[in-house]
Amino acid sequence: MAIQTTQPRVMRPARPLSWSTVAIYAVLILGAIVAIIPFIYMLTTSVKSYGSLIAGNLWPWPPLGTEPVQWINYPDAISQIGFDRQWQMPMFFRYTINSVIVTLAVVVGVSFTSVLAGYAFAQMDIPGKNILFVLLLATIMIPGDLTIVPKAVMMYQFPNPFGTGSWYNTYLALIVPFLASVFGIFLLRQFFMQIPKDLFDAAVIDGAGHVRYLFQIVLPLSRPALVSVALLNFIWTWDSFKWPLLVTRDSNMRVLAVGLQQFLVGEGGTKTHLMMAFSSMVIVPVIVFYFFTQKYFTEGITTTGLKG
Amino acid sequence: MTSQATAVAQPSPFFTPRRLRRIREAGLGYLFLLPAFAVLVIFEFFPVFYGLGISLCTNYRIRFPEGQSCVYGLANYIKAFTDPSQEMLHSLSVTVTYSLISVPLQLGLALILAYLLFQNIRGKAIFRVLFFMPYITPTVASAAVWAFLYSPDKGLINEVITALGGPALKWLGEPRGIFQVIATLNGGSLPAILQGPSLAMVALIIFTTWVFVGYDTVIFLAGLGNIPGELYEAAKIDGAGGWQLFRRITLPLLSPTTFFLLLLTVIGTFKAFNHIYVMTLGGPGNATTTASILIFKQMYEYTRYGYSAALSFILFAIILVITIIQNRVAGSRVVYS
Repeated sequence: MAIQTTQPRVMRPARPLSWSTVAIYAVLILGAIVAIIPFIYMLTTSVKSYGSLIAGNLWPWPPLGTEPVQWINYPDAISQIGFDRQWQMPMFFRYTINSVIVTLAVVVGVSFTSVLAGYAFAQMDIPGKNILFVLLLATIMIPGDLTIVPKAVMMYQFPNPFGTGSWYNTYLALIVPFLASVFGIFLLRQFFMQIPKDLFDAAVIDGAGHVRYLFQIVLPLSRPALVSVALLNFIWTWDSFKWPLLVTRDSNMRVLAVGLQQFLVGEGGTKTHLMMAFSSMVIVPVIVFYFFTQKYFTEGITTTGLKG
Repeated sequence: MTSQATAVAQPSPFFTPRRLRRIREAGLGYLFLLPAFAVLVIFEFFPVFYGLGISLCTNYRIRFPEGQSCVYGLANYIKAFTDPSQEMLHSLSVTVTYSLISVPLQLGLALILAYLLFQNIRGKAIFRVLFFMPYITPTVASAAVWAFLYSPDKGLINEVITALGGPALKWLGEPRGIFQVIATLNGGSLPAILQGPSLAMVALIIFTTWVFVGYDTVIFLAGLGNIPGELYEAAKIDGAGGWQLFRRITLPLLSPTTFFLLLLTVIGTFKAFNHIYVMTLGGPGNATTTASILIFKQMYEYTRYGYSAALSFILFAIILVITIIQNRVAGSRVVYS
């Protein structure tokens, strides 16, 4: 069966295609098509006119049809999503800014807390370290559904230090509860542990303490791990929907994911072409970003996946 | 806190330089741990106990009017078990169904894809990137796209099925069991026990599979890469065929990876929320109201905080027991090389 195709690369052109090789490619290509068809559907639908949409025309553009590509759907979608009076801009941009603010704050914050804690666990001599580490791992076992009610209640009760009212419907609620990540601490600890103790002893002789050693020597050495933590937290935060839906009320505090769902249950539910334009504007930047950084994603996932 | 300890003849200071350094290091270490632990304690540990308190409060309100306070009791728990809708048990069975179907489906497909990708083929990197794309896509957006793909009215999936001569289906709007739907198309009907999971649920499972197969494949690929190649060489010399190599070497040596993925996927299906909420809101009726959706709806739509908290404790306890049993069973079959 399939396994016998482990021959050196150079041999390949001379060998006739075997049935098993053809079958392997057929399955893989089928899988790839299934993986990308929804994206193609989204992109093509986003530039269709309402007429071709209703007619169910899959390809209304030249050479098969006569309709021009409806780029106008994008500005149309942006104007129909709504307008933010507070910041005087289309709501789509406000959603985007909110998502960027929240995601950046969480990624920077998580990286900071994870680097410090990961370093302390990996390289420092602290009484009770093992107990604290077990405690840390225990938090993974607490499912989000168990704590979501009290956490939401807490958002109503915590006073807002920057104004009146509570954390509810503010950036605080969207950011602060996510400023620590067990995954981040764990991954960085694993990475920091591989750095030999001798290096620290050498740094001490040169007059460095833990703080300087961490920031000037350990961190530059740990770029791949840091990038993985930052990227994965970026994706998770950008993707978050349940919590932002729960703790925000006003449109101008919504993030992109919530704004998209609200448009779907409202106007966008029938205006498929505008809905797809909206989805494209949410998805395409992430995909482009992913293409440039995919090496780090795979690394981050496989290291935590297998050593975890 | 100073020098009682130095009350010996020779004045040896309590704070030797060495000891001072260790105390300083410990202090700095705690300082380093503080930000992360502060967040985790306030937003992970404390809420567990706070939630227990809320669930025991029979008349819970976020702000009580002057002079009123909680009346503690088990009413929320009793309601969860005795409510005529039986929504708690129903949500549990929906969650378990969702998990029981999507976990093997996801892992099976991912194992096949990973095994094929692991062969000496061209374009391996491109396939991996493409398979991974659905996982990286913001879930709410991809769920919205799929909601239109599933649309009973001119949705792409129905268009393809009808073009091939099949019937148009209601997909996300179909509460009836999938086998019942098929039987009805053929003019028959099935007893309740044979009707299968609702078609809406099946549609959600297809979507989840689409999202996660690439992720599972990448992890399986890493696991396959850890199996020493000499084992295959040796087995081939002994005359093992393709299937035997897979069955006797790949599967057992891959079992730690499989076990890890199994754990991850089961947990993932139990907490699944975003795509279900976007695509069906738990409906039609309550056909796709999983535990996670039920807890959320009771809180968000009906503001029943106490009842919702009680539901989360009961469902968590049951799911914990299921997970432990599953780990015992699956864990005993893991081979550590």
